[in-house]
Amino acid sequence: MNTEDRSVLIESLVKRFGDFTAVDHISLETRRGEIFGFLGPNGAGKSTCIRMLCGLLRPTSGRAIVAGFDVAREPESVRQHIGYMSQKFSLYNDLKVIENLHLFAGLYNVPRDLVGERIAWALEMADLKGKEAMMTGTLPSGWKQRLALGCAVLHRPPIIFLDEPTSGVDPISRRQFWDLIHQMAAEGVTVFVTTHYMEEAEYCNRLAMIYRGKMVALGTPTELKQKSMKGELLLIECEPLGVAVETLQGAPEVLDAAVFGNALHVLVPNAGKETARLQAYLVAREVQVSKIEPIRPSLEDVFVALTSEREGRKEPV
Amino acid sequence: MNIAAQAAIMLAGLSKSFPGVHAVERLSFEVYPGEIFGLVGPDGAGKTTTLRMLAGVMPPDRGTATVAGFDVGRDPEGAKHHLSYMPQRFGLYEDLTVDENIRFYADLFGVNKAERELRSGQLLRAAGMSEFRGRWAGKLSGGMKQKLGLICALIHRPKVILLDEPTTGVDPVSRRDFWRVLYELTAEGVAILTSTAYLDEAERCHRVALLHQGRLLFCDTPAHLKARLGKGVLAVTSPDPRRVREQLQNAEGISSLVLTGDGVHIVVDDVARRMAEFQARLKQAQVPFDQIQRVTPTIEDLFVDAVSGGKVRR
Repeated sequence: MNTEDRSVLIESLVKRFGDFTAVDHISLETRRGEIFGFLGPNGAGKSTCIRMLCGLLRPTSGRAIVAGFDVAREPESVRQHIGYMSQKFSLYNDLKVIENLHLFAGLYNVPRDLVGERIAWALEMADLKGKEAMMTGTLPSGWKQRLALGCAVLHRPPIIFLDEPTSGVDPISRRQFWDLIHQMAAEGVTVFVTTHYMEEAEYCNRLAMIYRGKMVALGTPTELKQKSMKGELLLIECEPLGVAVETLQGAPEVLDAAVFGNALHVLVPNAGKETARLQAYLVAREVQVSKIEPIRPSLEDVFVALTSEREGRKEPV
Repeated sequence: MNIAAQAAIMLAGLSKSFPGVHAVERLSFEVYPGEIFGLVGPDGAGKTTTLRMLAGVMPPDRGTATVAGFDVGRDPEGAKHHLSYMPQRFGLYEDLTVDENIRFYADLFGVNKAERELRSGQLLRAAGMSEFRGRWAGKLSGGMKQKLGLICALIHRPKVILLDEPTTGVDPVSRRDFWRVLYELTAEGVAILTSTAYLDEAERCHRVALLHQGRLLFCDTPAHLKARLGKGVLAVTSPDPRRVREQLQNAEGISSLVLTGDGVHIVVDDVARRMAEFQARLKQAQVPFDQIQRVTPTIEDLFVDAVSGGKVRR
């Protein structure tokens, strides 16, 4: 097998459970050394898709090739060529650091004569040298995460799957962890991340947004923010907010208006054109406007715009 | 006396330790009626412990807290009629319908039928759930379940609401509906204390307390918090973020640099000056980039700056 093959190719993948379609015709391709994000809320179909990609669940139809192997026909080979890490479940807390590493080396069938070398490499990579005898349960969360990653890559897989690797972790540990991931990607490892966490998605090179089993968008984080919104976002600071949001929901040219803390986020077709008009509109209705400016949409704004459109709803009144 | 000006929740030096860890250390702040106050921080910051003490289900070691005028240490039962506490896993009955769950909680809190109908109609509408009244709770999506939990917790019109990470894992559309219900409650003068591990969710609160390892880093409005950073942020988008980082990481004026999926995010001392310098530097080194833009700092930038800059308030 040549190294160029060692990535993920999905063609029209479908998984049904009874009359429920958990994964609905998803197609995509990842490049070697890419950090690819699968972004969607709980229940969107992410885990089902990952289980198929890991060779744990048979697709209903469609095809998926992982590391050069067909997941339906060669699930065993797929499993030997991937690493899997989930923040919550992958480590044994009542084992020492070194014991967890030995356990995973065994699980992943690392050849006996290579175990010592691979564990030394994993400890080095995870910056855990000298911590071998510590109980895993007592490690700070950032260390635990790096250990989990080290365990998941002991057999040097060309592809690793990370399931919400840094959800709820403090931002400094999270940044360190992602630095490590970027480093692995630079060495040619393909990283497949699933998350519902928008902040985590920003670290991916490309993202697929998943909603109700379907892929609703695909692109780099910047592309998604720039191209998938139907309009542009304005931040409006004004008083009183309640009156303002109701008025704006009925205003011409306003696609969406929502309260956001002490301000409003308002979606309009063209921010440059609409700013002055909206200001006048609000002032005429006795709303005091202290600030109105265009802002960059967040990934969450993009997600909401794409999924509410699909349901054919604007804002319920 | 002006009731509106009196704090609905008040913490003074509240502390709680567990063996080997100071879960909450000398925490003080107030939440006023009509305010949404966010308890924001990563896992282990002390959010749940704080909420449990305020809900009267865990006694504090030191310090005092009052909720709706009752001291939670001396009279943990006192505030219970005025308070609603929604833990991370709220007890819904999966084999009852949406309406039946609401009726169950209304009965539990002694809400009469007329009031229950009025209130539930209003809350279901605000949550975008009116058409799901007859559905089994077990058949609802995660986001819908959270919204139903909130409705049940609000049926008796509490004055104070404590929510523990209500939006974790919830889809963004349901998350917006959830927040819309909260904003509507503020008009009724309800005081809302909600926790979140999503730093970006802090932006939706009127005021936030940023917590780290049981301590308060900052307490202010999101706008003031960002102004407080006193630094600017530049976003460079590039097809090769790693090379951008290599080129810029030792440049002058940088206090933090983060590699993102399609660029780098840099906190700098002087935006205009550094933007020009970085542009020149990248061009000279022939590192490809699409643009360098000034972006608004995030609460995460502030958090990282505060924690790594050693400015944790003692």
